[in-house]
Amino acid sequence: MSPTNIFAPASTPADSIFGLSMFVIFTVTAIFIVVGALLTYAIVKFRNKNGDDRTEPAQIYGSSQVEMAWTVIPVLIVVALSLATARVIASVQDAPRPPGALEVTVIGHQYWWEYRYPKLNIVTANELHIPVSDPARPTPTFLTLLSADTDHSFWVPRLGGKTDLIPNHPNSMWIDPPEPGLYLGQCAQYCGVQHAKMLIRVYAQKREDFDRWVHQQQQLPHASADAAISAGQRVFESTACVNCHTVSGTSANGRFGPDLTHLMSRETIASGAAANTPEMLRLWIKNPDAIKPGSKMPAMGLSDRDLDRVTAYLETLR
Amino acid sequence: MSTNTISISDFPAYRPVTLRLHDWVTTVDHKRLGILYILYSLFFLVIGGIEATIMRIQLIRPHNDFVSPEVFNRMFTMHGTTMIFFVAMPLVFGFANYLVPLMIGARDMAFPRLNAFSFWMTALGGVFLYFSFLGGDGLYGGGGAPDVGWFAYAPLTARTFSVGHSADFWVLSLLSSGIGSIGTAINIITTILCMRCPGMTLGKMPLLAWLNLTMGGLVVLAVSPLTAAQLMLLVDRYLGGHFFDTQAGGSAVIWMHFFWIFGHPEVYVLAIPAFAFASEIIPVFSRKAIFGYRVMVLATIAIGFISMSVWAHHMFTVGMSSGANMFFVLSTMAIAVPTGIKNFNWLATMWGGKIRFATPMLFCVAFLFQFLIGGLTGVTLAVAPFDWNLSNSYYLVAHFHYVIVGAILFATFGAFYYWFPKASGKMYNETLGKLHFWLFLIGFHLTFDFMHIPGLLGMPRRIYTYEPGRGWEIWNVIVTIGVFFQAAGILVFVFNLTWSYFRGQVAGNDPWDAWTLEWSTSSPPPEYNYAVVPAVRSRRPLWDLKHPEDPDWRYE
Amino acid sequence: MSALSVTLAENNIDWHLPSRGRVGMYCLIAAEAAIFTIFVVAYVFYIGKSTSGPQPKDVLKAPIFYTICLLASSLTIHLAVRKMAAGNLAAFARWWLLTIVLGGTFLLGTAREWVNLIYRDGLTISTNLFGTTYYSLVGLHAFHVTVGLLALTVVAVFYFAGRLGQKHAERLEVLSMYWHFVDAVWVVVFTVVYVIGV
Repeated sequence: MSPTNIFAPASTPADSIFGLSMFVIFTVTAIFIVVGALLTYAIVKFRNKNGDDRTEPAQIYGSSQVEMAWTVIPVLIVVALSLATARVIASVQDAPRPPGALEVTVIGHQYWWEYRYPKLNIVTANELHIPVSDPARPTPTFLTLLSADTDHSFWVPRLGGKTDLIPNHPNSMWIDPPEPGLYLGQCAQYCGVQHAKMLIRVYAQKREDFDRWVHQQQQLPHASADAAISAGQRVFESTACVNCHTVSGTSANGRFGPDLTHLMSRETIASGAAANTPEMLRLWIKNPDAIKPGSKMPAMGLSDRDLDRVTAYLETLR
Repeated sequence: MSTNTISISDFPAYRPVTLRLHDWVTTVDHKRLGILYILYSLFFLVIGGIEATIMRIQLIRPHNDFVSPEVFNRMFTMHGTTMIFFVAMPLVFGFANYLVPLMIGARDMAFPRLNAFSFWMTALGGVFLYFSFLGGDGLYGGGGAPDVGWFAYAPLTARTFSVGHSADFWVLSLLSSGIGSIGTAINIITTILCMRCPGMTLGKMPLLAWLNLTMGGLVVLAVSPLTAAQLMLLVDRYLGGHFFDTQAGGSAVIWMHFFWIFGHPEVYVLAIPAFAFASEIIPVFSRKAIFGYRVMVLATIAIGFISMSVWAHHMFTVGMSSGANMFFVLSTMAIAVPTGIKNFNWLATMWGGKIRFATPMLFCVAFLFQFLIGGLTGVTLAVAPFDWNLSNSYYLVAHFHYVIVGAILFATFGAFYYWFPKASGKMYNETLGKLHFWLFLIGFHLTFDFMHIPGLLGMPRRIYTYEPGRGWEIWNVIVTIGVFFQAAGILVFVFNLTWSYFRGQVAGNDPWDAWTLEWSTSSPPPEYNYAVVPAVRSRRPLWDLKHPEDPDWRYE
Repeated sequence: MSALSVTLAENNIDWHLPSRGRVGMYCLIAAEAAIFTIFVVAYVFYIGKSTSGPQPKDVLKAPIFYTICLLASSLTIHLAVRKMAAGNLAAFARWWLLTIVLGGTFLLGTAREWVNLIYRDGLTISTNLFGTTYYSLVGLHAFHVTVGLLALTVVAVFYFAGRLGQKHAERLEVLSMYWHFVDAVWVVVFTVVYVIGV
């Protein structure tokens, strides 16, 4: 079972789209069967038989009644489809925002996702955590979609249709999965060389788990007593890392790359392109092109010793 | 005369190759220019096909490393741009150039020198586009063909994101071919309105003329917005302008509007001539007049008008208001009605006929089925909420290839086989023609039927690789296999036409027992087309001549 | 290979079709109108959206005199063509040359305006959205005026070389259609830039 199957909806907008899709598919399939059958019949029944007397068949130039029939019927079908479509457009696009809704600002970058929870004071990257939404007392997540550079598109098929992230053109969408789980997707608007690896991971969590995650994200990292870790922190803060990355509570407050304050709370790095293991993390810092050629993370040119130290430091950012 | 002397005039005049090439390069004859356009497009069809094959090999399994992401992104950009502007458009203009004057009893197009100028401007566009491989040097230095996608969304095309000159070659190429397109369209419209033979009122001209007239009108109105957008992009890239500069308050969305105001009518520019081919071929091979001539004309004009109002169905995910989205849902649904009417009229033409399945008709029958399916997937895409899933996925890629390859290219193959005897004087080989048909049909369906499925399973387009475990793998394999069948079909096609040109049987004036004017002159036609200006009294002048007891003009 | 002759016994049909030059020019005008429409749409869309730099009402002054020159040139070219159709070459030449002078004056006026905008007001095509859309739209129009003037000048050269005659009247009329179009575009541009956008 594909985790990105558009016909396996797990959220209200996806459900509405699914219902409408089924109606449309049913309609066009019926049309295909009828017209296809007529076409097939025509090419079989009216083919020229061998030994034919070579006279021309009766020349029929047209018929107003027939033309009327096959104009009126399509018009009726079109009207029905349009009405059904209007309802779903309204219910998805113009849905009101209930008081319990969670607000997340999504900022698209080449080639990663920034997630800000303005009311919770959280900034994270690449893995979106949201609470599940109980249909009886809905707590949907409303996403405001912005872009820092070029066009992107947020598409998690099981949670809803895609909406684009366009610079200078804020968009919004909402999702409300009732079931906890990991929902996958990826960027769906060509944004440059590594568009293919701008993956999306949405973690829908039960209320208690989500609150626990929020609490953890709101903590500041502790300065470590371990000499090796502090050495790693010094490497981090004295090289160009801080130009792009933020670690809350330290001097690193670059905004170009993902916030690393709770890097270890994520299962993947490089926007889903690699698992978040010490080996992959070290490789990513040493040579990003080995994982995601063309990504904006430069190879830092660190010595092996510095690499080990920085990786050890980053491993403490839970 | 009983002398045994021979004189120099007994031998056909020998013209050296250099002079013959010069004749072709300087020609203003619509037939030669038509052939030049068509040969040009066949060359680029092969190039575009190679670009597609490279992509399909890369995508045959997840995390493949056949090509780098940079190369892949150039491939899909070049494949799309080449196929639309240097294959499909030249095919459309080539056939229009060749056929329109012949079918309306004229000696040439209205403006022969403009005709030649337009062809060479289009050809220059292809040179610009492919020169980019050498001259485009992108950021990493190695060969800089454009990699911004064939619709080049802003701000990806801004200097910041498209370093080097690859995007500029894309712009120049489209500016040049745009001028060629507009010139040809002006020519087509003027020819049809001003040069019909005596008796051929607008209501008596072949449907191919009506459809090309509509196509010309669409080109004039729709290619110009693209030209305007390209000029604006050049201002941004070279003069520091801010048309699409989002940092200065500019809009990325307005590029989309301008592009799709061109982009949507463009697909009708390609499709309407394909309808023209079907409208000429299906009657002849069903042995019946086209059903509903007047309705076909009205439906075509309706499609032309409505097609200018549907463009933002390419932008349903961009964040337009629900009202705006609904407007474009309605206009897109509306265009399905006249389009469906045309399908029904072709069906009714075949109904009660005596269908002969020569190669042209095989391709047209496949066209009917495939256009039906492609049109219906288009209806699914018109439903905006469904499009919120399907847009920018492989379902969309499957849909537009279904219509462009399955409908437009198939009908065009039918046209090749139908008019090849007229243009060359030789019959093509029917067995090879059928072989081409079946190979290509199998390949087309393997590739494009199954391509819908990864889209439904969440696979976006324009990705150089994909993650395993999403259920996409097997479908990508099948899609790739189909490519090789299509390639084989094309090879058979090119071989057939080349071999038959030199060794085929003599075709005669009218091998198909057809009814429009071009079949009354010799094959190939003389340079002046008709020794005596024809005069007509009905839509099928040759039917009237062959059936003097039952002429069409009694019923029209 | 002899061809089938498709002629009919009653071959004296009264057959009149529109002139090629006229239809071709109408098509060209349609295409150019579509290009201008897109530039006008961009101009209108960006009114008031510049984030910095000079704004229209601060720096624009409606070029009334030069507009009158350009619009008058439509009248003079119309008269010139009428004279040529009537065979009055000398009168034609006077009105035709006057058209060129009026068109040239308009261009000079645009040039003066641009010099002021660039050097006095600091507005260039890269300054802000207003600058970009203004220079593009007005510049595109000025380019079309220039092309038109070149064509008019070529005709004048032919006249002075003695190669122009009454039989060319229709071609001159077709050329004048282009000139009228350029003037009509100016009416739209003037309204959008100096009236609506300020």
